[in-house]
Amino acid sequence: MKKMRQSTKFEAEIMNNENLKLSYFAWVRERIGRASEDVAPPQGVRTVGDLIAWLGERGEEYAYAFERPAVIRAAIDRVHVKHDTPIAGAREIAFFPPMTGG
Amino acid sequence: MATVRIQHEDFDAAAEAALLTRGRTDAGAVVTFTGLCRDEQGTLSALELEHYPGMAEDEIARVAAEAEQRWPLLGATIIHRYGRIRPGDNIVLVVTVSSHRQAAFAAADFLMDYLKTRAPFWKMEIRADGSEGQWVEAKDADDKALEKWRKGAVGSRD
Repeated sequence: MKKMRQSTKFEAEIMNNENLKLSYFAWVRERIGRASEDVAPPQGVRTVGDLIAWLGERGEEYAYAFERPAVIRAAIDRVHVKHDTPIAGAREIAFFPPMTGG
Repeated sequence: MATVRIQHEDFDAAAEAALLTRGRTDAGAVVTFTGLCRDEQGTLSALELEHYPGMAEDEIARVAAEAEQRWPLLGATIIHRYGRIRPGDNIVLVVTVSSHRQAAFAAADFLMDYLKTRAPFWKMEIRADGSEGQWVEAKDADDKALEKWRKGAVGSRD
């Protein structure tokens, strides 16, 4: 799968109609400045990694939250997923730092 | 089927262990592990534990189901607290019951190792000097701890 990092590429795609709920936790939430939001990513955004790249271009706060994509953990509908997981059919996607419970 | 609870309220480890063994005669071993809020340098006022409601329960239940597949457990209880927790207070409880100690010890150890890296909780340190809170960084040692469970774990059935 080709990587799509330029916003022009994303914007050229047809917008999806489906709304996707995003949730943020810990310092990802703090940097973005909100705990959750609804987004409609363009169709070119196919995987969790694509979504992170797309979000990173939405503004300074997103760029800061996702400045090191490799450390960001993700869950689709409350199940841990890797960055190459497709997002099709997801209702809620959460982004957060490595966990520090226990 | 393990009992999983995510709560702010404190728990009573002895009472939880007693609940699992009450009325049964086949249990030969109970292991309880309690994780406490620790202040190593005398600089910590409290930990603020954030969690992902819904996923925290689901993920711990998934880890518990895995433990139940690997060891012959007669019961298990996992309680994880969230919110503000002071040094010396309880954070997490794991209780495992089995016929023999090896399975109870190993399953409790496994549960804690997986909880630390898979349960969606994040700790923020609130300093005694009133400075802004700092997120606790995940430790490589916690990821490394998982490696011992990949193959031929001690006390596992395979």
